[in-house]
Formats: sequence, C-alpha cells, structure tokens
Amino acid sequence: MKQLMLGNAAAARGLWEAGCCVVSSYPGTPSTEITEEAAKYDEIYAEWAPNEKVAMETAFGASLAGKRSFCGMKHVGLNVAADPLFTCSYTGVNAGMVIAVADDAGMHSSQNEQDSRHYARSAKIPMLEPADSAEALAFAKKAYEISEAFDTPVFLKMCTRIAHSQSIVETGDRIEAPAKPYQKNIAKYVMTPANAIKRHPIVEERTRKLTEFAETTDLNRIEEGSDHSVGILTSSTSYQYVKEACGDKYPILKFGMIWPLPEKKIEEFAASVDKLVVVEELDTFIEAFVKELGIACEGKELFPLLGEFSQNLVAETLGIAKHEGKALGEALPGRPPVMCAGCPHRGLFYTLAKNKCTVLGDIGCYTLGAAPPLSAIEMTLCMGASVSATHGFNKALGKESESKTVAVIGDSTFMHSGMTGLANIAYNQSNSTVIIVDNSITGMTGHQQNPTTGFNIKGDPAGKIDLEALCKAMGIRRVRVVDPYNLKECDTVLKEELAAEEPSVIISRRPCALLKYVKHNAPLKVNAEKCVGCKSCMRIGCPAISIKEGKARVDDTLCVGCGICTQLCPMDAFESTGKEE
Amino acid sequence: METKNIMIVGVGGQGSLLASKLLGHLLMEQGYDVKVSEVHGMSQRGGSVVTYVRYGERVNSPIIDQGEADFIVSFELLEAARWLSFLKPGGQIVTSTQQIDPMPVVTGVASYPEDLVEKMKATGAKVDALDCLSLAKQAGSSKAVNLVLMGRLSHYFGAPDEVWQEAIKAIVPAKFLELNKKAFELGKNA
Repeated sequence: MKQLMLGNAAAARGLWEAGCCVVSSYPGTPSTEITEEAAKYDEIYAEWAPNEKVAMETAFGASLAGKRSFCGMKHVGLNVAADPLFTCSYTGVNAGMVIAVADDAGMHSSQNEQDSRHYARSAKIPMLEPADSAEALAFAKKAYEISEAFDTPVFLKMCTRIAHSQSIVETGDRIEAPAKPYQKNIAKYVMTPANAIKRHPIVEERTRKLTEFAETTDLNRIEEGSDHSVGILTSSTSYQYVKEACGDKYPILKFGMIWPLPEKKIEEFAASVDKLVVVEELDTFIEAFVKELGIACEGKELFPLLGEFSQNLVAETLGIAKHEGKALGEALPGRPPVMCAGCPHRGLFYTLAKNKCTVLGDIGCYTLGAAPPLSAIEMTLCMGASVSATHGFNKALGKESESKTVAVIGDSTFMHSGMTGLANIAYNQSNSTVIIVDNSITGMTGHQQNPTTGFNIKGDPAGKIDLEALCKAMGIRRVRVVDPYNLKECDTVLKEELAAEEPSVIISRRPCALLKYVKHNAPLKVNAEKCVGCKSCMRIGCPAISIKEGKARVDDTLCVGCGICTQLCPMDAFESTGKEE
Repeated sequence: METKNIMIVGVGGQGSLLASKLLGHLLMEQGYDVKVSEVHGMSQRGGSVVTYVRYGERVNSPIIDQGEADFIVSFELLEAARWLSFLKPGGQIVTSTQQIDPMPVVTGVASYPEDLVEKMKATGAKVDALDCLSLAKQAGSSKAVNLVLMGRLSHYFGAPDEVWQEAIKAIVPAKFLELNKKAFELGKNA
C-alpha cells in the first residue's frame, strides 16, 4: 500500500517488515520517532533504555540470543554508545543487528554538528544512508541482510531532513527472520586480548569483502547525465539537492552505502567524466576517501563545511541559475524558542538568577534557562556534565564556589548519565548542590517515558525509580523536594542547601505543563487599575505576559494560571479570570 | 509539471501539523509525488517554525528554498514577514492577522513591526490577511485556526471542494469533524 510516511516511521516499518523483534533506544532529536513508531507494532518488543550505551548493549544481547534487533540514537548519543560499538564490531552478531544514528546538520536541536560517518570507518562497521522515506524502509530491511551475511552490526544513518520529511513509501508484509539459535562461542564473544587478537583480522577481511559487495550492490548507483564535464559523487539529502538543482544534467554516483566505499566504481566513474565534484554535508568523508585513492576531485573548496545545504546553494555553487525572493528589507525581531507558559522550570531559574548562582546546566528543555531575561545557565556541554563539572568546579575553587554553584539536570538526563557524576560527588565528597528538575517526563524530545516516570514506552505501568531513595542510597544525606511554583519555598531551600557543609540534592518537582493529565488553573488577567507598569512580572520571561501601553497584559490563549507572576507583583494586579479550560 | 511549493509557518505550538497532514493527504490522493518536511525538537518551544509541502511529478529536495514558494500560509503576521523571501515572485501569502510577541518584544529590546501587510504588499507579494482566530472561535475553538487557513487557501488552490471535504474527513478526529468543517467554510467564504 502507498502511504505518505515520515522517514523515521518508514525506517521503523522496515525494521518490522524485516522481522525485527527487539528495539532498545534512548530518545534524541532527530532519531526519536523510529523507536516510537516501532513500539506500535505488536510483534516488536520496544523500550526506552536509560541511555544509548545500555540500548546498544541490549540490542546486542538480543542479537546474540538469536533475534533481529535494533537500537536508535542521535549523533551525540553514539558517542555514549561508542564503547560497545567498537567491540561488537569484533564479536560480530548472531541474528541481524541494526544501529540507527541521526545527524543534525544545521543543529536544529543539538549541541554540536558532528559527522557520524566517521564512526563507520573507525569502528569498521558498514553504513547505509537513505535519501528519502522509501529508501529508509528498504535500507532498514537490507541492513539486516548485510548484518547476517557479513556477521557485523550495520548502521542506518539518518539526518534531520530525511528523518523528519514525509515522502511516499510502498509498504510490504513482515517476514519471519531465519532462526538463529544461540550457541556458546567463547572465542567469538569473549573479547579478552587473546580472543580479540584473533578477531581483528576477521574484521579487516570483512571490510575487504564488504568493499567487494559495495562494487556491485544496487545500493550504490550511477545516474546518467547529458553533460560529462562534471560528475557528482553524493549521498543522502545532498543527492536530493543536486537532483533539484541540476536535474539530469550531470552524471551522478549516488552512494546508498557510505561505508565501505567502492574503489573501482569510483575510479570508473571518474574516468567517464572530465571533473569530479563531491557534494556532501559536514566533513570531507567521500572527498577524503577519493583523494586517498589518488583521484582528483573538488569538494570543500566549493561547498561549506558548516550547516545544511539546499538546492539554491548547490545551484549557485555549480553555476546554475538559482531562485531569488524579496525580503522585507528591514530587520525583524527574532523568535527564539522559549520556556512554555506554565513551565515548572521557570520558578526555579528565577530563584537561581535572584540568588546570583553560578549554574552549570545540562541537556533538555531547561537549557532554555540560559536565554534572556533569566540568563541563568552558564554552561551546557553534554548529557550529565552538569553534575560532574560542578564537582570539578567546586574542587578547583573550594568554599568560594560551593556556596553559590549548582548543577541543574532533568529527571531523564539524571538517569542517563547524571547518576555517575553524583556517585563521584558522594565518593570524593565535594560540597556540591545538585538540582534535579523533575518534570516527570523526557520533555524536549516530545514526552518520552523514563525510569522515574513509572510508565513504559507504551504508557503501561512499569518499574519506577524513586529519586529521593536513589540519591540517599548513593550517600547523599541532604535530599530536599520543592515545588517550583512556590518561589518562597524554592528560595529558602536553595539558601539552606548552598549553606550546608556537605553534598546535597534538591528535587524541583512538578510535571511538564504540556502533559495531557496536568490540570491547569484558569488564565490570569491584569487589573489595569492596580498595575503600575513596574515590569516585575517581566523578569521571568513568560511568553504569556507583555507590556502594552505601559501596563502588563496576559495572553489568555497561553496563560495556564501557574501564578509565578502573582508572587512577583507588588501591587497584586494579577487576578483569575475564573474561566477553567 | 514543475514542482509546486507551499510553506506553512507560525509559532511553535500553534498546530501547523494538522494543516500539513491535511495537505499531504489531499495531494497524494490527487496522484502527485509529495514531500512534507517538519521541524521537531527544540524549535517547537514557542520558536519560529516552518513546514515545507512540495508536490509534482517527482519531488526531490525535501525543503523549499528562497524564491520558490507558490504559497506561504502563516498562522502569525510577523512569521509571514520573516519567511517572505521564500515566496516566488508573484506568489500568494495567506496569513492570519494574529500577532504573538516574540521574547525580544516581550522583554522590550525590540518592538513588533507595524504595517506588515502593507510592507509585504509593497514587495509585490499578493497578501490575503484575515482574522483567523476570531473565525476559529466562531467555529467553536481557537484551535481551529489551521482549518480556517486551509479554507482560505482552498480559495486559490485548484482542488475541487469534495476533495478537500474528503481529506478533512480522513485527517480530523471524528468528534471534531463538524467544528473543523465549519472553520474551513468560514475561512473559505471570509
């Protein structure tokens, strides 16, 4: 059946059609929907793991046991899973194992712009790279065949524009994958030095065989062009921009398998054109390989190393007429993302800003606490870094920083990799204050469950980790819980814990205002007779409050009546409209 | 045929997803190749958001570039202005006149630009601006702005009414169907 399908949903469909049985992932934009969609198929066991390393090891275990398995993550998540990655390349698999990694050129929702193709080369694992939803579906299936034929995990490499674009796919039926009963094999699966030394040449031989496969597979295809003055090497979304800009003008060698690359095919293609041009987003991956072969080509001297490409960029670079539009001709105010009206993080960040705390932050919606007017976060690096970096900061500066420095980390991020940082604080005893902003969900990626929520990926009741008990068990004696809607309570507890001469954890707990079960109060309104226009309410950066004609005004389509502004107003000007939603 | 381009722009959380779903369904039912690209993740949190809808015989790029959009459908006035350079010369803008202050305006470091409709028209763009929020409320919910906008778009768009009706029925949850049909009609006949 023909359907319009999101790239990530198509990848999930491919997993299902290939007979995949076990899926374990950690959410991360733009990879999240593969796992969410896979969880909708009854034949697949799917779960959110606490982090990507756990997810990959779970998928590996399932493959070892003889079931086709999958794990999915964003580019930075693959860094977390790099440890099992490099060694499961050596062990190989039993049943097929596919690893999806989704890059984010342009950094729509990421902290860096790393190019995950390098992982394929350095871990010696083949990587397929679809250019639309139909290929995402087909390549996910193909990945399992390659995985089992060559005894290797296989990457399915997505990127924002493929993952989050819908295009038409033809769906098929599910196949039952060939039975692969588990067999004890110590030499293959126990990577002691003596065994690993014997596996390494097998890995190199596998890459040689995969290179032969790359020469003949229809994953890599040549599309003829009328003008042989230029030949283009490309893949993924760059291929689509080239087709859009050039049509059938230049011959194209499109790689559906981006590692290993086919040496002979590239040489033959190069011989058929006057000049080779590589069109690839981010790093010089294809280009570097071609130059290593001793073949001349142009790449990054023409195209940018940074950000996303587009059809206009490709057209202009290749000397083809591009489309032009007319801008308004004046600078318009930007519209950066903001914390939602009623966001429970707002009250906490207001308190931290008011107390002039040095805040080392983490990855999640609360990173928006760095934006004006709160401007409360001073560092964000990677998942979990807030906790460990605060420990280091305090060890470096001692008392001077201990009384004003805090780590801020979300519930899901704490489970992902904040716990080990807290173990370090408990063990090596820095007088650090860690604030866990517990909004009872993984917010930024679009509301995924996690080990602290008590529900699994399908929304059914599941194991629930008690954050207070966990922190206490790790040796933190001072564990406090506050409601971030209560500014006075936040302020008192923060001051007490910063003053305490031992490590402490503050759990700032209130569910995300966007969760369906959260009941909102009636929107507020401003009593114009009371409002003196002092702008006290503007310090919290609430998108529902603005100043119009010298008085505060509340947008009743946004306000959820959280009442933070009420606590700041010296004139008691905020009043309830009494209209429940 | 040449690929046609529709951009749907607005503020994160305004509900452009349903509009793009409706258009995607409608265009596929008419036998076109279709690509729809969305933004997920961080920029959804009250930021400027854009959805690209492209259709034709064969659609390659998933995105729309500067100077390529046949239509810009906007949930918010400033967002229509922001994406104006993506409009094809002579292209059509269909926008709600709703204004949502972005954070630089809320905090007072910038002001909301005035006379945006006139300024957009002055660049040669065709602009159809209407108070979609009031029409949506009239239909029964402020959340029905997307269907008001689709109704207005149908005015310019060569698809027969029954095709629209079918697509609405296929996409909108049954319990909101009448409300959304009403919103569509109000937009169409405004």
